[in-house]
Amino acid sequence: MNNMMAIYRKEVGAYFKSPMAYIFLVFFALFNGYFFSNTFFLFNQSDMRALFNITPMIYLIFVPAVTMGVIAREKSAGTHELMATLPIKNFELVIGKYLSAFTLVLAGLGFTLVHFFTLLVVGTNIDYGGVICGYLGLALVGAFYAAIGTFTSSLTDNQVVAFILAAVFVLGFYLLDKLLIFVPAALAGPLQFMAVDYHLSNMSRGVVDSRNLVYFGSLIWLFLALTVRGIDMRKWR
Amino acid sequence: MIRVENLEKYYGDIHALKGIDFEIDDGEIVGFLGANGAGKSTTLKIMTGFLAPSAGNVFIDDLNIQDHSLDIREQIGYLPEMNPLYGEMRVYDYLEFISQIRGMEATEFKTALDRVVEQCGLRAVIHLPISACSKGYRQRIGLSAAILHDPRVLIFDEPVSGLDPNQIVEIRNLIRELGQQKMVIISSHILQEIEATVDRIVIIDHGEIVANGTSQELMAGFMGRTQLTLDVKYANEDSLAALSNSVDDIEVTDMQAVNGRSILSIEYAREVDPREAIFDYAKNSGWAILEMTQNQVLLEDVFRGLTGEGGGNE
Repeated sequence: MNNMMAIYRKEVGAYFKSPMAYIFLVFFALFNGYFFSNTFFLFNQSDMRALFNITPMIYLIFVPAVTMGVIAREKSAGTHELMATLPIKNFELVIGKYLSAFTLVLAGLGFTLVHFFTLLVVGTNIDYGGVICGYLGLALVGAFYAAIGTFTSSLTDNQVVAFILAAVFVLGFYLLDKLLIFVPAALAGPLQFMAVDYHLSNMSRGVVDSRNLVYFGSLIWLFLALTVRGIDMRKWR
Repeated sequence: MIRVENLEKYYGDIHALKGIDFEIDDGEIVGFLGANGAGKSTTLKIMTGFLAPSAGNVFIDDLNIQDHSLDIREQIGYLPEMNPLYGEMRVYDYLEFISQIRGMEATEFKTALDRVVEQCGLRAVIHLPISACSKGYRQRIGLSAAILHDPRVLIFDEPVSGLDPNQIVEIRNLIRELGQQKMVIISSHILQEIEATVDRIVIIDHGEIVANGTSQELMAGFMGRTQLTLDVKYANEDSLAALSNSVDDIEVTDMQAVNGRSILSIEYAREVDPREAIFDYAKNSGWAILEMTQNQVLLEDVFRGLTGEGGGNE
């Protein structure tokens, strides 16, 4: 646990010592703000569904950009040798790094609270349950995408390759339920369950089903376990 | 004690290590010498747990690296060849991070920090970002991180490469000091870099150990016979021809006449020293001895002979 926290603090420090984190956050806030406010006044409704629809799309680029260097950068700089020869378990390394990337995603999400405060000022009959569940859903999607990004970052020492791989993976999970018309009926159910949007849309309506939590939890676990396994295997090459 | 047993490593079809065996005792500094690509770094990476061997094992006391990697990593301080560091961190923050990973308490860290700052001369840069430090300082930062937790085993892969002569002397002295109580292994492809620092030298070539011993042992083992060059005047042909029969245990291997002088190459077993007898023979034969030189076998000759490389050339 101490090792994990030491790695987490180091990684978060590294994010915020580089201008990249601020650039990511500013762009994330600007894109969210633009698309949210565009439709917010048009629909004239006191809810944040517009944000809950837009943010997952911005995540498609934002989260891979945040996670692309999380392990690939260590490989390209050679510091993975340092980490691998310190008394750290691989899962501590992976979780520490993953949590740091997730922290940046949460920081980005935190910026969107400004829209919630706007809603508090100008809105009426706000569905607080829906907002809280929607944010929980966005946090879980961010956590899931960060796990995918951590995994793809462990596959290569090239951050651009890690970014592209992560973008392809997250796009795949995002688009799954939009491709259902092209697949046989028997596959439609399982594929729909695998789609991120299916679970997120439930949550943004204010419904938190245990299946949604199991879905995100198990996929996050799967990709982090694959990352740990990949790092374990590296020494045998 | 470190025991490396029959270590083998394949990179695909490349057989990088072909059964490496050696031991290191407490308080011993061992130089691991070989040309680039000989297998030094691969061996060290396996010893530190960074790579897994294809066969064989590494033991520190009774713990083996395969089953007790974490325990062994706790006992090792390692400076990798490329000395990778986190450039965005300040030196202090980096060392603090290493101390946290090493499980050191805050007070323990303060004491250790004072020690390594003193030993490695880091006071001037302790609050600077690592990226702002010179190559020499970066090497010292890597060293200080390796010794921060006062480990029993120190593994330095090319620790003085790229340093200026003054820095090399400082690092050598530090390694000597550390080696009084610890097991230290230093790799290099440049003989002169480690010759003055180590107690014993292990030479590796094409993944195999070709020599293992003190520099004296290596030199003695490499050259079975001693060579002597004798430069004399006024030597007639008969007395020159009779030399090898008149002095026991010698063999005249070459004789050249140059401007009235005779230059003789003489060989004899290392166990004997016939120089006094040769001198007496020369005096009795009326020769004037201009020069008599017993050729020294340099460790570099041993290295060249065993590896087919020039130890002094990169």
